Amino acid sequence: MSCRIEKRFAELRARQRKGLIPFITAGDPLPNASVAIMHALVDYGADLIELGVPYSDPVADGPTIQHSSERAIARGVGIEQILGWVREFRERDVDTPIVLMGYLNPLEIYGYRRFATEARDAGVDGVLLVDLPVEESATIADLREAGLRQIFLVAPTTTAQRLAAIREQAQGFIYYVSFAGITGADQLDPVAVRQRVARIKQGSDIPVAVGFGVRDAASAVAVAERADAVVIGSALVARLATTADREAALVAVGGFLAPIRKALDSTSGPQRRAAL
Amino acid sequence: MSDEASGVQATIKVNDFHAYPDAQGRFGNFGGVFMPETLMPPLQELTAAYLQLREDPEFIAEFERDLKHYVGRPSPIYHAERLSRETGGAQILLKREDLNHTGAHKINNTIGQALVARRMGKRRIIAETGAGQHGVATATVCARFGLDCVVYMGAVDIERQKINVYRMKLLGAEVVPVVSGSQTLKDALNEAMRDWVTNVADTFYIIGTVAGPHPYPMMVRDFNAVVGREARAQMLAQFGRLPHVLTACVGGGSNAIGLFHAFLNDREVAIVGAEAAGEGMASGRHAASLSAGRPGVLHGNRTYVLCDDHGQIVETHSISAGLDYPGVGPEHAFLKDSGRASYVGVSDEEAMSAFHLLARTEGILAALESSHAVAQAIKLARDLPKDQLILCNLSGRGDKDVHTIAAREGIAL
Ligand SMILES: Cc1ncc(COP(=O)(O)O)c(C=O)c1O
Repeated sequence: MSCRIEKRFAELRARQRKGLIPFITAGDPLPNASVAIMHALVDYGADLIELGVPYSDPVADGPTIQHSSERAIARGVGIEQILGWVREFRERDVDTPIVLMGYLNPLEIYGYRRFATEARDAGVDGVLLVDLPVEESATIADLREAGLRQIFLVAPTTTAQRLAAIREQAQGFIYYVSFAGITGADQLDPVAVRQRVARIKQGSDIPVAVGFGVRDAASAVAVAERADAVVIGSALVARLATTADREAALVAVGGFLAPIRKALDSTSGPQRRAAL
Repeated sequence: MSDEASGVQATIKVNDFHAYPDAQGRFGNFGGVFMPETLMPPLQELTAAYLQLREDPEFIAEFERDLKHYVGRPSPIYHAERLSRETGGAQILLKREDLNHTGAHKINNTIGQALVARRMGKRRIIAETGAGQHGVATATVCARFGLDCVVYMGAVDIERQKINVYRMKLLGAEVVPVVSGSQTLKDALNEAMRDWVTNVADTFYIIGTVAGPHPYPMMVRDFNAVVGREARAQMLAQFGRLPHVLTACVGGGSNAIGLFHAFLNDREVAIVGAEAAGEGMASGRHAASLSAGRPGVLHGNRTYVLCDDHGQIVETHSISAGLDYPGVGPEHAFLKDSGRASYVGVSDEEAMSAFHLLARTEGILAALESSHAVAQAIKLARDLPKDQLILCNLSGRGDKDVHTIAAREGIAL
């Protein structure tokens, strides 16, 4: 159950396919659409889903994800509800890995032990906690014990020494933050990203996903060259934010994700994905 | 003395309060470094640089020179005799941080951090501010050292602290209004972090209180600890004894820890922090993180925070912008849990009365933040005999608050 992430990256490798990891804020734009949106993400080419747990003080996020979190919080979205959606999603999809992404305080208040078992039982595969650096990873020992994978960030500022420490503890995959900045910013430098990703992968076979600043097919292709997967967050969240209802949101997912999937498949590996 | 104020019910046994934080930045269960990876290397660089500088005699001499000649230290301890008589109990002594250059304790810290920034070769300074006192103190040292200065300030605070906004501009700083979240201090801190994460190569973040990730709670405390060191020596010289009780207002907690730190191992000295109870603890509209919050993680450290059951940080309320913060420095969380200090709420109303009483009996206009400490000192004094001494940190002067006070009392200026 808990090795969905490893399994998925192994499959991607075998098929020489680049992973596509969309990020959405749980409960935004509409709480009753989250599960349907997650299925749509998979239908249009997602290999793994990052589900954002909204937080009131997201210091690493730009205005798009800030506002998206604020909307979700205003509707009372919390961990219990989010785990319910994951459970519902798992009724129809037992393969696509789900990583909860967010900040520490909502988990701290929920209780790590309680979260660990409930999240695992709901079908969550891993967590990526933006404000939990490798030094403090013992904080969530309960989660690791329950089999949830702990995904770490690596940044352009990460030193060789830190990288070694992170690789030692990393599980599932490493999330490379493509620039020093906040989500949604326009600072992507694909050449620098390729160099850094190559260095992270040197002497290690943990998969690397690149996120921050990936907004469309062109930028996805540009950073995917060396990476195993790309993460797309703000651009998708912004697109969903303009939709008025559930149907419109599902249409937006297709319109947004399908071209990116297609572009990634046409540049990577022989295993072209069948047209949807 | 009331049980509340005596604070002797130790739950954690601590031998030496000066031994904190540990190498990981922990004060018992609190503190630490909970930050995005991008900022971890610069934080570690800062920690290493600061640990070296705090032992460097040249750096210390430079800092002390500026405290003396630029800030005007030492600040006096003033015996507020008429206020004490009016109160009818113990003697109230005021540590006059309001007499510092720029009008508050905040400059102790900004001088120290600007010197660290200069040593590290950083030329662009960012800061967050609530009341504007830390913003002014930062803009001041940036002007003095020729550094670029950007100050983040919540749009709500900009409205209620107009004079300080203009002061910062006069000093050459750029003031950036923050319109996210509750548009107060915590959001200014978030926005400063976002700036830092974006401009990490050339930027130094001068945090204004003992919050944030390690090494800030330690570094800001060290720079403000001059207050308590001076006060302890002054007490012995002027009064021949230590005070019975210390009190100070607690927003993030920098003026409070500044006063308390030198006395932490003097177990006979009681310590009481005054948090903002806003419209009253029962109203829910307050900023009393230690009295009404729970352990959580905010702005890079584990501490007491005001949040809901989903872990969302809630909006706080206080008449004083400088106390309007939903977290508190981790060392205070530690002092609370260890029983060494106690923390109580003081309402807007009580702070206002104390402001007026101090103005009329002593000719001192205190900052609204500091008025919370004065109110607490008055409360403590009432229950204590006349020969006991209460040392209250008068962290700042009230010039900046004149408009707020007038507006609250329905007076058009
Ligand atoms: C005069 C004064 N006192 C107290 C404070 C509260 O901060 P701290 O708790 O860090 O001393 C402020 C903050 O702006 C202030 O201006």
